[in-house]
Amino acid sequence: MNMTTKGALVVGAVAVLSFGLFDWPQARADEESWFGRGASTRDAVWATECGACHVPYPPQLLPTASWERVMDGLSSHFGENAELPADTTAHIRRYLAAHAADARGMRWRYDGGDDKDRTRTRTSATASRFEMPMRITETRWFIRAHHEVGSEVWSRPAVGSAANCGACHQGAAEGIFDEHRVRIPR
Amino acid sequence: MGLGLAAQADEAASLRDAYAARAGVSAATLIPEGEQLFRAGGTGERHCTACHTDDPTQDGKTRVGKRIAPMAPAANPARFTDPAKVEKWFGRNCKDVLARACSDREKAAVIAWLMSLETRK
Repeated sequence: MNMTTKGALVVGAVAVLSFGLFDWPQARADEESWFGRGASTRDAVWATECGACHVPYPPQLLPTASWERVMDGLSSHFGENAELPADTTAHIRRYLAAHAADARGMRWRYDGGDDKDRTRTRTSATASRFEMPMRITETRWFIRAHHEVGSEVWSRPAVGSAANCGACHQGAAEGIFDEHRVRIPR
Repeated sequence: MGLGLAAQADEAASLRDAYAARAGVSAATLIPEGEQLFRAGGTGERHCTACHTDDPTQDGKTRVGKRIAPMAPAANPARFTDPAKVEKWFGRNCKDVLARACSDREKAAVIAWLMSLETRK
């Protein structure tokens, strides 16, 4: 085997292996928008209601069980009252369930916490944290995707908190979280 | 959609007047009460002004940093033209700020005051 062939094989192997390392959400970030091409899976009621106070967080970011917890607790939604009429709530629940991280037979790979937590015997409290996190920012893929962002960045006035996706992700409101459209405000 | 400015102003006025009529008062007399409620209602960090700022002709900001369009119809003519939306937000925000529902009188008062504001040049 000459050096060139060997080099090509190494590059190829590294490429294949790295591809496997990508978690599903990061891989999806290569697409133009999480809502697919066109607006077919972007629900107007969900976009209006869930997008009133914050970026409408794509259903793909959490499993169905998490969304059910969110929808069950709208009267105290992260400290604020976000109640909706029953028919609107039912509509949004259906949309979230149809597109959640574990929809269509995909398995939600638990996330959040560290590896020690994962292997520890789960109490009901930790189980709910693991299986149905309430915060997207607690999930393993979120933490990994944002590890380069220093804590000082999150607290800049123009950012405010990690909940404010749109502060840096220019296309967040349209479901575009592509790295190329990230502009971190000073 | 596409309501003219005059039509939007009429809708806001009729919504304000409907609340006032249910409370048995004239909306015009409630303007100072509306300002008082908007500026001083609530306790601790719970105030209308926490998100809407103390100038309702300007943008506000939600706790996670999203822009809130101005509350004063002079700056944002679409305000108070959708009764279901108005009920939804009074419903949520009164419970957050005052820990109770608002009365028809209070809703009429806040709308009356906001409608009385003019934008600064």
